Amino acid sequence: MSTAGTSVEALQTIADRVAGLAEPGEQVEAYVSAGTSTDVDAYEGEIEALTQAGSAGIGVRVIKDGRTGFAWATSLDDGIIAETLAEARDNRPYAEPDAWAGMAEPDGVEPVALDVHRPEVLTMPVDDKVAMAIELERMVRDADPRVRGVRSASYHDAEGAFALATSSGIHAGGRTTAAYVSVSALADDGDASVIAGGYSVGRAPSELSLQEAADDAVSRLLAKIGSTKPESGEVTLVLEPRLTSTVLGIISGMLGGEAVAKSRSPFAERMGEQIGSSLLTIVDDPTNPDSPGAEPYDDEGLATRRVPLLKAGVLEGFLHNSYSARRAGTVSTASAARGFSTRPGISARALTVEPGAGDLESLVAKVDNGVLASALGGLHSGVNPVSGDFSVSVEGVRIRDGQRAEPIKEATLASTLQRLLLDISHVGADVEWQPGGTGGVTLLIPGVTLSGR
Amino acid sequence: MIEQPVLERVLHTALSTGGDFAEVFAEDRQNGNGVLDDGRVEQLTSGRDRGAGIRVVVGDTTGFAHTADLSEEGLRTAATAASAAAREGGGGVREIALTRSDVPSPNDVQILPADVAKGDQVEILRRADAAARAAGGEISQVTASIGAGRKRMLVANSDGLFTTDDQVRTFLSVSAVATGDTGMQTGRKSIGHTIGWELFDRIDIEDFAGEAAQQAITKLRARPAPSGELPVVIGAGSGGVLFHEACGHGLEKDLVDKGASVYGGRVGELVASPLVTLVDDGTIAEEWGAFAVDDEGSPARRNVLIEDGILTEYMWDFLRSRKDGRPTSGNGRRQSYKHLPMVRMTNTFLEAGDTDPSAIISGTDHGVYVAKLGGGQVNTASGDFVFGMVEAYLIENGEITEPLREGNLIGNGPQCLRDIEVIGNDFAFGGPGTCGKDGQGVPVGDGCPTLRVGQLTIGGTAA
Repeated sequence: MSTAGTSVEALQTIADRVAGLAEPGEQVEAYVSAGTSTDVDAYEGEIEALTQAGSAGIGVRVIKDGRTGFAWATSLDDGIIAETLAEARDNRPYAEPDAWAGMAEPDGVEPVALDVHRPEVLTMPVDDKVAMAIELERMVRDADPRVRGVRSASYHDAEGAFALATSSGIHAGGRTTAAYVSVSALADDGDASVIAGGYSVGRAPSELSLQEAADDAVSRLLAKIGSTKPESGEVTLVLEPRLTSTVLGIISGMLGGEAVAKSRSPFAERMGEQIGSSLLTIVDDPTNPDSPGAEPYDDEGLATRRVPLLKAGVLEGFLHNSYSARRAGTVSTASAARGFSTRPGISARALTVEPGAGDLESLVAKVDNGVLASALGGLHSGVNPVSGDFSVSVEGVRIRDGQRAEPIKEATLASTLQRLLLDISHVGADVEWQPGGTGGVTLLIPGVTLSGR
Repeated sequence: MIEQPVLERVLHTALSTGGDFAEVFAEDRQNGNGVLDDGRVEQLTSGRDRGAGIRVVVGDTTGFAHTADLSEEGLRTAATAASAAAREGGGGVREIALTRSDVPSPNDVQILPADVAKGDQVEILRRADAAARAAGGEISQVTASIGAGRKRMLVANSDGLFTTDDQVRTFLSVSAVATGDTGMQTGRKSIGHTIGWELFDRIDIEDFAGEAAQQAITKLRARPAPSGELPVVIGAGSGGVLFHEACGHGLEKDLVDKGASVYGGRVGELVASPLVTLVDDGTIAEEWGAFAVDDEGSPARRNVLIEDGILTEYMWDFLRSRKDGRPTSGNGRRQSYKHLPMVRMTNTFLEAGDTDPSAIISGTDHGVYVAKLGGGQVNTASGDFVFGMVEAYLIENGEITEPLREGNLIGNGPQCLRDIEVIGNDFAFGGPGTCGKDGQGVPVGDGCPTLRVGQLTIGGTAA
């Protein structure tokens, strides 16, 4: 593995060359990425597995007469790239004409200068990365006698670059690094066990805190011991910043321009209307260097920008890529997201809630009858972003008269996403950036159905 | 893909600085799929993914490297990296002699996807769209996706094993949105088998798409699901995912060994209702999790995990079985050459019982009938699981009545297994599934007869 890292220039040369092969009347886009990664799993003081790997891929899109063809491959070999372009061309005539199909066009927006590449990921000796995983495992094991074992303790980092070129004049590229440690620990709880995890995320190993990851895992673990199934009833849900981020991620998906254009979002016809609590202002701002999701370009090669979504609960905007923007008669918000093996979709990168007042503790103190959730489960199965139905399993602690009471498990929380947004009664000021790029705050949401005994 | 002498030299390189075991896993995957959305065939996609993963095991440490370069030089570079990652070792040199032994595939592929005209994909998508929209004026949107993938793989290891497999998987899914006074509701059907394009000679595309649409239309008049504990009757077929989550994961030996399973140390004990016999079987022809050999080269097997309520077996991969000094169970699987194998399920199902399914419903005074379960997840340490009810109805006085809106269903695995009150004499496999574990997805099948669980918690809002 080279300590110089992946060369954006080398990838850009490939992308430019492929885009340059466009024939008259044809648009060609090449998205090329490459990178390296290191993964360490520690178990009982030893390395269980150490993976060092490099990988690369290219995705080629061809559009002509409104018809799109796509092909991808996991090799940047000249012969394979030529085959991939040929395959995309071969697929094209089978698609049906779409007047809005097309590549992004240069729009004059300058990318912000963001430093999201840390050479340290490449220069740090592997032994030191291994030592971090082993140390993290030890810290958790030694933290408390009730910790029975560690299911996994891992270090991961990645360095990579992408380049994109289109025959419509887009040239964009960049490189990033990322690193994280994660750990999950076990404790006995009567006949059964409890398990909980913690993590720390950054752009480089030196930005990680083993202590924070270990403390997070151990405190969540110990808090679960003795959990019981609660009685059913209506409660105020307290979402800590981590879980607020998760819920916001689902809601931002409902604000994607493609879901809106294809009538798959309950918010499709609600522009300018009150869809959330007046306390709630949400923006997606990938130009904010504080967000782990900050990036200068989207995946169609447009400069990222600040996108207002909700202002005081009023729906102000949708997220667009160039396709959904053309369809809606507007301009892209540079929210295209993809890997080399998929066509551009739409995703928020750095959602943020405008801070309100108070932190987790001061907001818990305001709740007479509630649940402070520590984990939500079944988000992929019980939450439907088309109908808005929301039903999730919950672990956490009951709150009574502003105080934490007994820990709970084997329960569900239910409402609809539409109601959750409107019912928010307090928005905290405690912004915490999450690995997915979202800045969450503590939220209080009354009127949620808790199902248990 | 790679010649035998090259594999032998690469394994030699992998162990040149010592090590107990080395393995080359190589695969060449070709995928093609088409998507129709919003009344239009939007795009056909072709994908090609080829490469090799090489692991070297020294004591309890595994070193792993992967490469997309299948030349001898590329493979030896990866072998050196894997060996360096495993480190330690005393520097012994081992000659490797491979003996090729292929296992017959349970799957008989008739029509390879590469031999199918691309226009055939388009035609099926169009038919599915038309049929779904014809189901009712309430249908406001339809998405259909069709595709097939071929995975040709080989495994060679320092024990002399050399084997290959050729797996073809073909699928179709249709999702519909219905719009009415109560908002929007969704319906979805999917089918997938480890066979070729002949899949589409066997199903009626119009019926299939119509059912997805009908599911969405029915839900427009659905009432909120109940909140709290109720008896639950699960229909034959997609309920198999319940057992995949409720106990399958907890029987994976890697989780058991790390103390992360409620089923650790319980072989020989009664862990379920005596009605329960649970099987994991990678040899079930054509099912989504069927193959000739697993991703470590071990033949697929039928493994009875729970027999008449008694825990009989865990599932193993190569490393766990070697450590335990027993044969592997054919459950070593990985997402791709870029991933290390681990213990995974194949086709997991509950065997049929002897009760007439209609008697199970008529014998339920008040409860919920789940016709179709969606995805789920489990905390193997506590056994607590959750999954989605995609299509469910209220049971009142022994009869299926109102449709219910979507919600989650939760329970505890060991408790749920004990609470199984009655099992039907019907049986069906469910749709194709992708099981996720530690960030890796692999294709799995599951199945079950109609059955009733004494009580599960329904995560709805209705009192």
